[in-house]
Amino acid sequence: MNERTLGIRFAVGFLVGMMAAGPLLASGEINLYSARNEALIKPLLDRFTEQTGISVNLVTGKADTLLKRLESEGDNSPADMLITTDAGRLHRAKQAGLTQAVETQVLNDAVPAPYREPEGHWYGLSLRARPIFYAKDRVSPESLSSYRALAGPEWAGKICIRSSDNIYNQSLVAAMIAHDGEEKTQEWVNGLVENFARSPKGGDRDQIKAVAAGECDIALANTYYLAGMLTGNDQNQRLAAQAVAVYWPDQEGRGTHVNVSGAAVTAFARNRENAIKLLEFLVSPESQSWYGEVNQEYPVRDGVAWSQLLNQWGRFKADQLNLSLLGENNAQAVMIMDRAGWK
Amino acid sequence: MEIAGRAPRIAQRPASRINSWRLGVIICASLLSLPVVTVFAYVFVPAGEVWVHLVDTVLMDYLINTALLATGVAVGVLAIGIPAAWIVTAYEFPGRRFFEWALLLPLAIPAYIMAYTYTGLLEFAGPVQGLLRQVAGWSAGDYRFPEIRSLWGAVAMLSLVLYPYVYMMARASFGGQSLSILEAGRVLGAGPVRVFFDVALPLARPALVTGLSLALMETLADYGTVQYFGITTFTTGIFRTWFGLNDSAAAAQLAALLMSFVFFLILLELYSRRRLRFFQTTGRYRQLERYQTHGWYSVLLFVLCLIPLTFGFLVPAGQLGIWAFSTAEESLDQRFLWLVGNSLLLASSASLLTLVLALFLGYGRRLHPTRGINFAVRLSAMGYAIPGTVIAVGVMLPFAWLDNQLDHWMRAAFGWSTGLLLSGTLVILLFAYAVRFLAVSLQSVESGLARVTPNMDDAARSLGLAPGGVLLKIHLPIMRGALFSALLLVFVDVLKELPATLILRPFNFNTLAVRAFELASDERLADSSVAALAIVAVGIVPVVLLSRAVTRSGVQHVKPAST
Repeated sequence: MNERTLGIRFAVGFLVGMMAAGPLLASGEINLYSARNEALIKPLLDRFTEQTGISVNLVTGKADTLLKRLESEGDNSPADMLITTDAGRLHRAKQAGLTQAVETQVLNDAVPAPYREPEGHWYGLSLRARPIFYAKDRVSPESLSSYRALAGPEWAGKICIRSSDNIYNQSLVAAMIAHDGEEKTQEWVNGLVENFARSPKGGDRDQIKAVAAGECDIALANTYYLAGMLTGNDQNQRLAAQAVAVYWPDQEGRGTHVNVSGAAVTAFARNRENAIKLLEFLVSPESQSWYGEVNQEYPVRDGVAWSQLLNQWGRFKADQLNLSLLGENNAQAVMIMDRAGWK
Repeated sequence: MEIAGRAPRIAQRPASRINSWRLGVIICASLLSLPVVTVFAYVFVPAGEVWVHLVDTVLMDYLINTALLATGVAVGVLAIGIPAAWIVTAYEFPGRRFFEWALLLPLAIPAYIMAYTYTGLLEFAGPVQGLLRQVAGWSAGDYRFPEIRSLWGAVAMLSLVLYPYVYMMARASFGGQSLSILEAGRVLGAGPVRVFFDVALPLARPALVTGLSLALMETLADYGTVQYFGITTFTTGIFRTWFGLNDSAAAAQLAALLMSFVFFLILLELYSRRRLRFFQTTGRYRQLERYQTHGWYSVLLFVLCLIPLTFGFLVPAGQLGIWAFSTAEESLDQRFLWLVGNSLLLASSASLLTLVLALFLGYGRRLHPTRGINFAVRLSAMGYAIPGTVIAVGVMLPFAWLDNQLDHWMRAAFGWSTGLLLSGTLVILLFAYAVRFLAVSLQSVESGLARVTPNMDDAARSLGLAPGGVLLKIHLPIMRGALFSALLLVFVDVLKELPATLILRPFNFNTLAVRAFELASDERLADSSVAALAIVAVGIVPVVLLSRAVTRSGVQHVKPAST
């Protein structure tokens, strides 16, 4: 008896929940698939809704699975916009015919050419730099110069970096392929792997911690992780982060490797106009400084004030490579890393 | 108890009944097999170049690491789960009733969260090594400390999270073993240890295999832990091939290979016990009188139970608690309550749905143990051994295809677009949970059914009950314990479930697991701890309630049988 009413209660609860949570396809609302975490996009969306009265529905997830969802849903997909955290996936989305070209004066003025797709299939929203971090007490910055130099014998057993499963490592190698060609990149990766202090494990913060702990002298990681350690409330992490400094490699040459988090209007968007409005909002000066304040990412837009911490690390020359190439070379990069035994 | 040389068949089935059950089971099983079949279908998509590359470089690594991991976890979960179950069943000591349910608690902690907490504790800058340096006066390089982020670390993490499967099944089996046979052993002068090795353990074999296979399937499907520890296994290989090499066909083929491996193991296990059936033939299910223990012996048993509880639950939950303490203020808001509600909603509906499906399929198989039905049911329960992301895509593709076909047809025929009817709704998500966790439910249900002697079916049927009536009136009351286990395991599994939820959920719908993962994947462990702790807290309630039900049910099913 008891179980029967329980079942009914569950069934009712389930139905009510479904109606409440099901896709609300009211006209004009924007449906967004985002690989940026809820915490790193939702506040901006709320601000957009406040200003324009246009609501935004959000699903977050990993970029590749969102792409798969978009692809399988085809022309009936409810999604109007896709946000990823690297250029490679945006390129992949474009290749699969999941994006459409949009072009407005506002967008072109806001986003410099290297950080957007030439036809307007996608636009960068924020920059993520991957420089070298070194132990202040053991490494002099004069001994550092470029990514390529990290393969030299003087760094044997001194480098920490995370697994090659990580997209930012794949993108870095993809950029090297674009600059130096496959053969030279293979040599470089082989040399780099030889210099690993330990078998890759953990995330970017773990590499920085390992430098602080003395397991290795230098690490490659994205800057916002260091920022997160400095501004978070874990004292051990703060101490570790204070023991390392940022070095911007390749300042004499091609510039430090950067990736973008970016957005595209989907091929079958029902609310194209509103999606473009949102896109323009996401590259507006107000939003651009938000990425820095909240997650210490760099703005793509010139002339936007940087957060205090970013200013502290100084200006740097970023690699001007067209970021579509990161996507094009990604598979090749993974194969090179497999061959070099980069776990 | 009777160990029959051959399974007695259930006689005299009216022909029309056979067909409806059979048909129902086949339809249900096929539907649930759809995702697995979808993944398998990729075997026929050519993916040449990538395979050459995989074989040349990493495939051997994947195989070796996966085999080592599985072997290690197998040893680990058995070594923890069996003694723990025997101790709380056969001995009386202070704290026994507490440990009975508390030993299940590690189940509520997602494996990757466990990995994060232990890394936080045991890494160089963590409190353990810090204390060690302080006490011994060492500095970096003076000493060697075992690296937690290694294959053996992963074995330890997964063993600690997964031993409850073995513990739960073993306890249900020990507790349900009929009094007479264990007492016979005791009357003949065997001590608790001998009774354990000579009688209880061999009789519990089917239950142990069940628990072990669940633990192993989950091990093979684990991604979060091995990825964080930098161990290249089959699962990390699947995602590397898909995400990195951008070859979803080759990735699906790797997944199919993994599935074939699991399927082969399942068949092997079925074959090895094809002639053995374990049934209770007596109505005397009264709980075995426990051995009384005193003094040091009690302390020893207490400590033995405390060890897995400490490392599997108290330590990680404590670390989470410390983290949560510093971040709770920011994390706990109105939206957080919604997360809890959503998680509860999904977990309770999915566990009920899965239980109903498992009962239907399991009982169908009992009625008609034909080769075809056996195969169909086994296939439908394969989803547990495949990484959640892969199975979720296997769910997504056929439904999206169906939705689109229907829409195109409606548009062509009536000029009216139906859009996506099922894709992107909670229905799909619940279906995915059923596919993923059917094995868990089914294993519990089948081990429950297996202990009911077919003599009872025959008796009830000869008295005029239809198969459905036998199930409802005879089996369900007897196997209450197994049903509760099935509900509990799936409930907790769904609470923790991440990949399918992440991929298939509707707009603006988040769960505790999603929140915990998003923050953890951004390497903000302290921020993720509140959500992780909430998963644990929500998971504890049913663990306590249902564990007590399992304990009671061992006694309760005396009544219908003995009167």
